[in-house]
Amino acid sequence: MIRLEYYLIISTLMFFIGIFGFITRKNMIAILISLELVLNAVEINFAAFNRFLYPNQLEGMFFTLFGIAITAAETAVALAIIINAYRSIGNININNINKMKN
Amino acid sequence: MEYSLFILIVPFFLFLVLGLLGMKMKPKAAGIIGTAGMGLCAICASAVAYQYFFQTGMVGEEWQHLVPVNFEWLRFTESLHIDLGILLDPISVMMLVVITTVSLMVHIYSLGYMHGETGFQRYYALLSLFSFSMLGLVVATNIFQMYIFWELVGVSSYSLIGFYYTKPSAVAASKKAFIVTRFADLGFLIGILLLSFYTKTFDFGLLTADNAGLVTTSMAGGTFMGLSIATWALALIFMGGAGKSAMFPLHIWLPDAMEGPTPVSALIHAATMVVAGVFLVARLFPVYFFAAPDVLTLIAYVGTFTALFAAIIAITQTDIKRVLAFSTISQIAYMMVALGVSDYGGHDGLGYMASMFHLVTHAFFKALLFLGAGSVIHAVHSNEMSQMGNLRRYMPVTNITFAIACLAIAGIWPFSGFFSKDEILAAAFHSNPLIFWTLWAIAGLTAFYMWRLYYCIFWNSNKEYNEHHKPHESPLTMAVPLIILAIFSIFSGFIPFAGFISSDNVPFHTHIDLTVASLSIGAGVAGIAAATVLYLKKSDWTAEIAQSLGGLYRAALHKFYLDEIWMWVTQSVVFRYICIPIAWFDRHIIDGAMNGLAWATHRSAGSVKGLQSGQVQFYAWVFVAGSILIAVLVLFF
Repeated sequence: MIRLEYYLIISTLMFFIGIFGFITRKNMIAILISLELVLNAVEINFAAFNRFLYPNQLEGMFFTLFGIAITAAETAVALAIIINAYRSIGNININNINKMKN
Repeated sequence: MEYSLFILIVPFFLFLVLGLLGMKMKPKAAGIIGTAGMGLCAICASAVAYQYFFQTGMVGEEWQHLVPVNFEWLRFTESLHIDLGILLDPISVMMLVVITTVSLMVHIYSLGYMHGETGFQRYYALLSLFSFSMLGLVVATNIFQMYIFWELVGVSSYSLIGFYYTKPSAVAASKKAFIVTRFADLGFLIGILLLSFYTKTFDFGLLTADNAGLVTTSMAGGTFMGLSIATWALALIFMGGAGKSAMFPLHIWLPDAMEGPTPVSALIHAATMVVAGVFLVARLFPVYFFAAPDVLTLIAYVGTFTALFAAIIAITQTDIKRVLAFSTISQIAYMMVALGVSDYGGHDGLGYMASMFHLVTHAFFKALLFLGAGSVIHAVHSNEMSQMGNLRRYMPVTNITFAIACLAIAGIWPFSGFFSKDEILAAAFHSNPLIFWTLWAIAGLTAFYMWRLYYCIFWNSNKEYNEHHKPHESPLTMAVPLIILAIFSIFSGFIPFAGFISSDNVPFHTHIDLTVASLSIGAGVAGIAAATVLYLKKSDWTAEIAQSLGGLYRAALHKFYLDEIWMWVTQSVVFRYICIPIAWFDRHIIDGAMNGLAWATHRSAGSVKGLQSGQVQFYAWVFVAGSILIAVLVLFF
């Protein structure tokens, strides 16, 4: 049986890779993908903790399912925003999206 | 008598209607609405007076204090609360009748006098506001309500003096009137606060009940700078009254107030508002008499001095309205003296009754004089005596009514002024010879300057007026009020006043004291005779007399330089030593603190606003770094 620590190592790696990507990438699609990595790391944690700490209950699993649904919705919204940003400024470089500041 | 509330509601409603909708009406419509409303008001007041004096007022040989309307407005403590209501007693009912009558006359008169003026509707709106405030003042149930209406009266007087607001002198006069009376009202307010702090009430009924027992007991023993607290409080209240009633040295605003339209001068600055101070002292008379008799003595001397002072100035003035203004100051001072020398109760309270009596007769004949002067000004378009003369040929109605008013103010039997002035002199005769003889001399001076005025307007020269600009008798709207007021001026002296008004509300009888009466008529006749000799025909004697008096004449002509003295006091004392330091403190300390705060905020914002870069990834970086930092801190420390 795979031990809990391995799940956690994988999810931690995914989490920080996602954070790193979120901070360093300039392409908004890439940033969105990085964000997905962060969320998936969290969902792995949910599932793993549920499996190892409370094996007779299912809350963690349900949260994972909810999380996946939310992630899908969020991706749809984010893509819509990115498309609109592309239409208005002609590219999807995150550094150019600072109009809201002014 | 709940309908007495209408006397207040009607003018207030008129003010709202004319003030808000006036500009949408034709001027004439606004004038007629205002006049009709005032007529309604006068009818209500007469009905109240009839009902009070002949039906419900007298219970057991004593006039009652009736309070038909009263509601609590603000409550401070268990006993101290400000009410608004209507108090009917002999003096307030009398004032209601006088105010509404004179006001109605002035409303009618103004239809002719103000015809074609811009702001005709505004004029009527303000007249209604004034009538409302003045009526509210006299029916006040408590001293605070009186104070509220007192200030309202001041405001409406201010806006009516400054009615011709494009004229700098009118604006200056209105400001002067407001500031001087406001300064006096400061004393009034402090007096009210002192009085109510000790007695725990504002109510006139409670203050004056049982020979002002509440005031004397609650303030007993307290002294401040050698004088009792009651003396201080009542002297300060008198200061407010002195400001409104133009007592020396706070009289300076009244002559300048003549910048307003003449009917306004007749209503506000002769008949009603300026007697508010007398009314105030009369209203609190038992308190003055029992708690602070020293203040009454002060009032008597201030009044005597003011009366003499104003009468001397009136002799030298050449602007007809200014002569009347100084005559008003002098006559109001007469009323004040009468209150000052009065005793309490029965025939001893003669001065109190005489003061109120003179207030009524003076209101009629002085309003008549002012309206007559207005009629003259309307005809010759000038205030200066030198532009007039010989007008009796052109203006018969004005001539006769003016002569009646002059006879009345000179105190000639059987005109009204004789009776009231005689009572005042009788009261003074029984109390203080110095005051009596001064008042007696003033009676002569009064007759002299009024007849000088009369002759200079209507006789004096054989002046022929320019054919294009011939003076003409005034229109009917102006002549009718003159005639009505002349009738009042003749007959109001025959009212048996002592049966209605007395210091302790118990009727008494007066009789004409023949010594005093003959002395006062003698003074009046002498004054008239002197004026006839000097002014009936143009003569050189007047100039010679003025020459021989030299400095005194010049000083009187310049009103004894009182304006200049006040100017000096305000500019080089008040402004330099009080206002400029305060302004400096305001500009540098208060404003400096506020500006410093704003500057500090601005600078600190400038130094941190660079963090708000708009770069999402930078925010995320800060967020992650912060989270890690917090996690490390939580885990390892």
